[in-house]
Amino acid sequence: MTWRRSSTALLAAVPVAVLAVFFVYPVVGMVGRGFVVDGRFAPDDVLAVLARPRTLRVLWFTVWSAGLATLVCVLAGVPLAWALHRLSFPGRRLLRGLVLVPFVLPTVVVGVAFGQLLAPAGWLGFLHLQGTAVAIVLALAFFNVSVVVRTVGSFWEDLDVRREEAAAALGATPWQVLRTVTLPTLLPGVVGAATVVFLFCSTSFGVVLTMGGLRYANVETEIYLLTTQELDLRGAAALSVLQLLVLTALLALAHLTGRAVPVDRVRARPRRPRRGDLLALGWSALVVAALLLPMLALVVRSLATAGGGWTLEHYRALGHVSAALPASALTGLSNSAQIALVATALSMLLGVAVAGLVTRPGGGRWRSVLDGAFMLPLGVSAVTLGFGFLVTLDHPPLDLRASPWLVPIAQAMVALPLVVRTVAPVLRAVDDRQRQAAASLGAGPLRVLLTVDLAVAWRPLLAAAGFAFAVSLGEFGATSFVVRETTPTLPVLIYRLISRPDAGDVGTALAASVVLAVATALVMLCVERVRP
Amino acid sequence: MRRILLLLVPLAALSGCAFSGGGEDAPKTVTLVTHDSWAMDKGVIAAFEKKTGYRVRTVASGDAGALVNKLVLTKSDPIGDAVYGIDNTFASRAVDAGVLADHTASLPTSAEAFRPSGEAAQQLTPIDYGDVCMNVDNAWYTAHHQTPPATLDDLTKPAYKDQLVVPGPPTSSPGLAFLLTTIAAKGDAWPTYWKALLANGLKVDSGWTEAYETDFTAGGGKGDRPIVLSYASSIPDTIAKGGTTPTTSALLDTCFRQVEYAGVLKGAEHPKIAAELVDFMLTNAFQKQLPSQMYVYPAVTTTALPTEWARWAKVATKPYAIPAEEIAQERTTWLRQWRDLATQ
Repeated sequence: MTWRRSSTALLAAVPVAVLAVFFVYPVVGMVGRGFVVDGRFAPDDVLAVLARPRTLRVLWFTVWSAGLATLVCVLAGVPLAWALHRLSFPGRRLLRGLVLVPFVLPTVVVGVAFGQLLAPAGWLGFLHLQGTAVAIVLALAFFNVSVVVRTVGSFWEDLDVRREEAAAALGATPWQVLRTVTLPTLLPGVVGAATVVFLFCSTSFGVVLTMGGLRYANVETEIYLLTTQELDLRGAAALSVLQLLVLTALLALAHLTGRAVPVDRVRARPRRPRRGDLLALGWSALVVAALLLPMLALVVRSLATAGGGWTLEHYRALGHVSAALPASALTGLSNSAQIALVATALSMLLGVAVAGLVTRPGGGRWRSVLDGAFMLPLGVSAVTLGFGFLVTLDHPPLDLRASPWLVPIAQAMVALPLVVRTVAPVLRAVDDRQRQAAASLGAGPLRVLLTVDLAVAWRPLLAAAGFAFAVSLGEFGATSFVVRETTPTLPVLIYRLISRPDAGDVGTALAASVVLAVATALVMLCVERVRP
Repeated sequence: MRRILLLLVPLAALSGCAFSGGGEDAPKTVTLVTHDSWAMDKGVIAAFEKKTGYRVRTVASGDAGALVNKLVLTKSDPIGDAVYGIDNTFASRAVDAGVLADHTASLPTSAEAFRPSGEAAQQLTPIDYGDVCMNVDNAWYTAHHQTPPATLDDLTKPAYKDQLVVPGPPTSSPGLAFLLTTIAAKGDAWPTYWKALLANGLKVDSGWTEAYETDFTAGGGKGDRPIVLSYASSIPDTIAKGGTTPTTSALLDTCFRQVEYAGVLKGAEHPKIAAELVDFMLTNAFQKQLPSQMYVYPAVTTTALPTEWARWAKVATKPYAIPAEEIAQERTTWLRQWRDLATQ
C-alpha cells in the first residue's frame, strides 16, 4: 500500500514540478515585480489599478467577447464533430485535417486573410463588418472551432451507442434521443472544450488588435501594452491577477457541471449519412465553408502580384535565406516540426499522468485543484509568462534563457491543458471496477494506468497528440520570447516577414503560411490514417 | 500501435538538429540584442566575425518598445553585449534606467546631426534614420480626377473624407511617430486635430501591415484608402514591374524623423568586442547595406544610396522633431490621452 501511494505521489510530482518551475515561478516572478515598489511590498497600488473604470470596461469586453465566441464555437463545432466523427463519408479524414488548420495560423496572417474578405472592396465587404466587435468574435471563433470539433469528436466516438439504441427501441424520436441521452452524456466533453476555448479567446491579443483596429481592448491587450510599451508593471500585475481570478471562477463553474456516467464501451462504427441527417449535415457544410473561405482568401493573396496578376514568386522565395531571416521558410518548417515533436512528447507524458491522477475516484478536493492548476497556462498572459522567463530563469541551476529546450517546454505548457481535457473525460468514464480488479490482482497505479485506462483511451490519446503537435506548430506568444535565432520556428519567421515594410516579403509570409497550413493538414491526415 | 511506431521513428531521427545547436554558442560569441526588423547581409557580418574572431549572435526582442523594456527588466543580468535598434522615442527610457555602458563610436561629420542630446550622447551611437510620412496613391487620384492632399491640414478637409488610414500609436512605432508629428505641429491643440481627423473618417489599424497591405489602395490588398501613414522609403516599392516611376509619393511636409541607435550594454560579458561591433556599424560596408536590408537611411549621409532611392526616396528637409527627454517624460500621458479620444 505504501509503495502504491508513493508511486502515485511520484506520478504527481513530475508534472507538478514542471508546472512550478516553468510556469508558476516565472509568472510569480514577473507579477511580483509589480507588487514590489522600491523594495517595499505595496499591494494597495495594485488594487488601485483594479478599481480604475477602464479596468472594468476592459474586463467586461473580455468576458462577453470570449463568451460569445465560445458559444459560436460550440454551436458550430458540436454538429460538425458529430458529422466528422460519427458518420462515414468519403473525404471526412481530409476534412478533419483541414478543420484544424485555422488553429495553427499566425494571427497577423489571419488578419490579412480576414482583411481580404471584410474590406469594403472584399468578397464580404457588403456586410460592413470591418473593424467591428462582430469581426473580432468571428475571428476568435474561426481560430477555435477546431478545439470543440476535436475534443468533443473524440469523446463522441467513444460514446456507448447501446443506450441511444435502447432509447430509440423504446420509441424515442431521434430528437428525444439526442436531448435525453446523447447530449447529457456528452456534456463533460462539451464543457471541457468550451472552457479551453474560452481561455484561448480571453487571452488572445493579436485577434483583438488586428480585427478591432485598437478600438477594443481586452485584459490581454492591456497587459501587452502596459508591459511592452508603458513598462507599467503594477498595472500589468493587477491585470494578471484579474486573469487568475476569472480563471478560478470559470473552473469552479465548469466543475459544477455533471460527471460522466461510467459505462461499458461498445463503440459504434461510423455509419453512412441518412436522409434524417440532412439538417445537421447542411449546418456542418456551412461551418466548413465558413472555415475554408478565409483560407481560400489567403491562398489567393499568396499567389497575387501587386499589379493584379498571378505569380509563384512568393513560393519560390520560400527556399531562400534572405537578409531579414536567419533561415529560409523551409528550414523554419523543419525547426518547427522538430520542436513540435519534442513538445508533443513532453505534453503527452505529463498530460496523461495528470489526466490519470485527476480521474482517480476518491481523490477529493486536491484532485480538482490539480485539475485546475494545469489549466493555468491557458488563462494567463503569454506576455507575462514570456517576460517572466527572462527575469527568473537567468541564474543557475535554472539558467535556461538561452537553452534550446525552453521552446518545446513553453509550448508543452500550452498544449498540456488540451491533452488533459481530451483524455480526462474518457478516463473518467472508465468503469472503476476494472481498475479495482486490476489493482486487486496486484497491479501498481502505473500498471493500472497502462493496462486499463490506456487500453480504452489510446484513440483519444492519439487525437490529443495530434492536437498538441498542432498547438506547438502554431504557438507564437510564449515562443517569441524564448526562440533562438539559430533555430527560428516557422510562425516566428512569418511574423518577421510580414512586419517588414516590403510587399514582396508580405507575399512570401503568406506563402509560408499556406505551407504551414498544408503541413498541418498533412500531419493531421497521417494521424487520422493511423487511427483505425 | 506498430504503425504509430513506424511513423515516429523517422521523425525522431530528424529531431536531432534543432537541439544540437547548443555547443556552438559556448565560447567567443558576442550577443547583439535587436528589434524584430533587424536584417543584415551575411557577408558583412562574416567580415566582422573574421576580423575579431567572435561569432555574432543576434537576439530579436520585439519592437523598439519591447526591446527597451526587456533590457530594463533584465538589467541585473543582461541578455546580450550590445544593442541595436533603440530609437529616439525610447532612448531616454534606456538611458535613465541605466542599461547602457559609456561608449560611442567616433562620428563622421556627416552623422553629427543625429547625435543624441544629454547623457545619451555618451552611450548611444546613431546608426540610421528614417522619415515617417503620409504616402498618397497618385494613380488612384488620377483615376478619380482628384488632387492628392499635401499638408497635415488638408487631411481634415471634407474632400479627403474616408481616405486616410494610419497604424495606431500604442501598437506601432510609425503610429507613435505620427502622434508625435501632430504634437510637434499642433502643440497643445493636437487632440483637436485628431478629433477632426476622426470626424473625417480616419481609420486606425493595429500595425503597419494592416494599414499598408490591407487598407491602402496601392498596397496589394483590397484597400479603399488612397492615403496611408508609411515611410518616405516606401515609395520606390511601388514602381511596377517594367515601369520606371512609382505610383505613389510621400508628403514631405508631414514627416517625423526616427533615428536608431546602437550601444554597449552595462554588465556585458564582452564589452570590448561589443564596442567594436558598435563602431563597425558606422563603417561603409555596414552603412551602405542599410537601405536594402532595413529600409532606413544611413546615418553617415555621405554613403552612396541605391539608384532608386537616390531618385525616388527623398527625405524631408524639415522633419518634425521632439526632444527625447520630453518624449520619455510625456509618452504615457500622450498615449493615454490618445486612447481616450480615439478608442472606446
